[in-house]
Amino acid sequence: MRFQHRMPTKLLGEKSVQKTGDASAGGVGNMAESAQAIEIRDLHKRFGPLEVLKGVSLSAGQGDVIALIGGSGSGKSTFLRCINMLELPTAGQVTIHGETIQMKSDGQGGLMPANRKQIQRIRTKLGMVFQSFNLWQHMTVLQNVIEVPVHVLGQPREQAVEVAEALLRRVGLYEKRDAYPSFMSGGQQQRAAIARALAIQPLVMLFDEPTSALDPELVGEVLSVIADLAQEKRTMILVTHEMKFARQVASHVVFLHGGVIEEQGPPEAIFENPQSERLKKFISSIH
Amino acid sequence: MSEVQAPAAYVAPKARSLFEPHRIVLMLIFAGLIFCVAWFMRWDWLPRYQGRLVYGVGQTLLMLFSTAIVGFLFAVPLGLVQVTGPKPLALLARGFCTLIRGTPLLLQLWLLYYGLGSLFAQFPEIRSSFLWPYLRQAWPYGFTALMISFAAYEGEVMRGAFAGVPKGELEAGRAFGMSRFTLFRRIWLPRAIHRALPTLTGETVLQLKSTPLVATVTVVDVYAIISRVRQETFLTYEPLLLLALIYLCLTGMLVYAFRLLEKRIPTRGV
Repeated sequence: MRFQHRMPTKLLGEKSVQKTGDASAGGVGNMAESAQAIEIRDLHKRFGPLEVLKGVSLSAGQGDVIALIGGSGSGKSTFLRCINMLELPTAGQVTIHGETIQMKSDGQGGLMPANRKQIQRIRTKLGMVFQSFNLWQHMTVLQNVIEVPVHVLGQPREQAVEVAEALLRRVGLYEKRDAYPSFMSGGQQQRAAIARALAIQPLVMLFDEPTSALDPELVGEVLSVIADLAQEKRTMILVTHEMKFARQVASHVVFLHGGVIEEQGPPEAIFENPQSERLKKFISSIH
Repeated sequence: MSEVQAPAAYVAPKARSLFEPHRIVLMLIFAGLIFCVAWFMRWDWLPRYQGRLVYGVGQTLLMLFSTAIVGFLFAVPLGLVQVTGPKPLALLARGFCTLIRGTPLLLQLWLLYYGLGSLFAQFPEIRSSFLWPYLRQAWPYGFTALMISFAAYEGEVMRGAFAGVPKGELEAGRAFGMSRFTLFRRIWLPRAIHRALPTLTGETVLQLKSTPLVATVTVVDVYAIISRVRQETFLTYEPLLLLALIYLCLTGMLVYAFRLLEKRIPTRGV
C-alpha cells in the first residue's frame, strides 16, 4: 500500500473514505465482487468501419486509482467516455456499485440506453473531468459548482453553496468563486472543474486527460489536486499522458493499445518491468 | 495622459475629457443647429398634439415589445428544431424562415390585412364568432405580420446561436446527469441567448423601425400621428424632424438596455 496517510477529510466523499481502512483495498480484482466500484465487461466500440475498442474489461475496487495509458488512438478516452455513456458502446456491460446500466439493441448492431432515467441517475455518481474543462461559461465558478447539486440532485441552495465553498477552498479557488471561467487560467478552470465534479459526491471520479490542454507551467497545480484526491482513497479512473504522475498516484496501470488491454499491473511492474514489446516501446518513447 | 499603461487587452481606454478643443467646436456647431431649428422653425403646434404624440409613442413601443417578445418565443423553437429537430420539422422551420425573410414585410402585412382580412369578412361564421371584434380591427394584422417577421429573423439568429454553443459544455451537462429539459433550460438556452444578444440588439432596433409600416394599415402609432400633424398643419420638416428625434431616442434607450443585459455576464474576447 502506497498511501496509508489518512487525510482528515471533512465533508468530501465520506462514502469512499469509509473503506479506506480496508487493507485489501487497492489491488484490482482481489476484492469481493460486491465491493467493486466499477466493473466493465467486454466493451466494444465501433465508429463506422473503425473498431476503436475490441473488448476491454476492467474493474476497480473501492479506493482504486486506475491510470489508463497508451498512445493516441489507443481508445483510452473512448473507453472512459463509454463508462458514463457519453459514447454508447457497441457491445459490453458497465456496472457501477453493483448496478448494471441497462442497454438494448438499437437495431443497427449497436446499443442504446434502455432506461434514460437510470443513466441520468448513475451519471450523477460519476464525476467527470474533461480535457477542455467544459465549465459553463455563462456561470460564475460558484454557480458552476452548485449547478448540478441544486438543479439535478435537488439539494437546498444554502447547503450546496456551503459544500461548494469548502471544495473551492480546497482546490485553492475560494477567492475566485465569483469569477467567470473565461477570465481564469487553464489551471484554475480545471481545478474549478474538479470542484464541480466533487460537488456531486461521486462514487467514482473520471479524468479524461485533465492536463493535456494546459500550459506546462499550469500542469502542476492540477496534478497536485488530483494527487490529493488519490491520497484520500477516492476511486478514480484517470486517462493521462503524465507517466511520472501515473506512476506516483495510480494503484493500477492499464496500457491500452489498438483497442485492447495490452498489459496491466501495479505501476512498478508496468514502468520498470514491462513485458510486452509494445509497452516497452511506448515507455521508451516517453522517456 | 502621461503615464504608460500596461497593454492589457480588455482594459477599456480611459474616457477622454469632454472639453478638448475639437469637441468644444463640434458641440458649438451642434448647439447652433439646435438653436436654428428651435428659433426659425414653427413648433407652435407641438402642445396641441402633445397628448396624441405620447399615445403614439406608447403604441409604437407596445407594438415593438409585444411583437419582439412573442416573436422571440416562436424564434426559440424555430432555431432549435433546425439544429436538433427531426428532419421534416427542421425543413419546415427552414422553409418558413426563408419564405418570410425572402419577402418584403410590407407585402406580408398587406397580404394579411387586405387579403386575409377581407377573406375573413366573407365568412358569417367568423363574423359572428367572439374573435370578430378583434379581427375587424387593424392591429391584430399589424401585430401578426411584425411578430412573424421577427420570429423568422430571430429563428435564424437562434439557429446559429444554438449551433454555436460549445459541444463540450453540453456534454458536461449530460455527463452530470442532466435531463434533456434541464440541459436545455439551464445550459443550452441561456448560453445561446447570451451569444445571440449583440445580434438581438441590432434586430430589435430594426424591428423598432419596421413598426411604422403598421401605419399603412391604419394602426395609429407615432408615425401615424406625425402624418396627421403634417396633413393638418401643412408643415413638412418640423414633424419629420421630431419623428427622427423620437426614433433616435427610443433606439438609444433600447441599445442602452441591451448593453446592461449583456454586461450581466462578462465575456472575454469572443
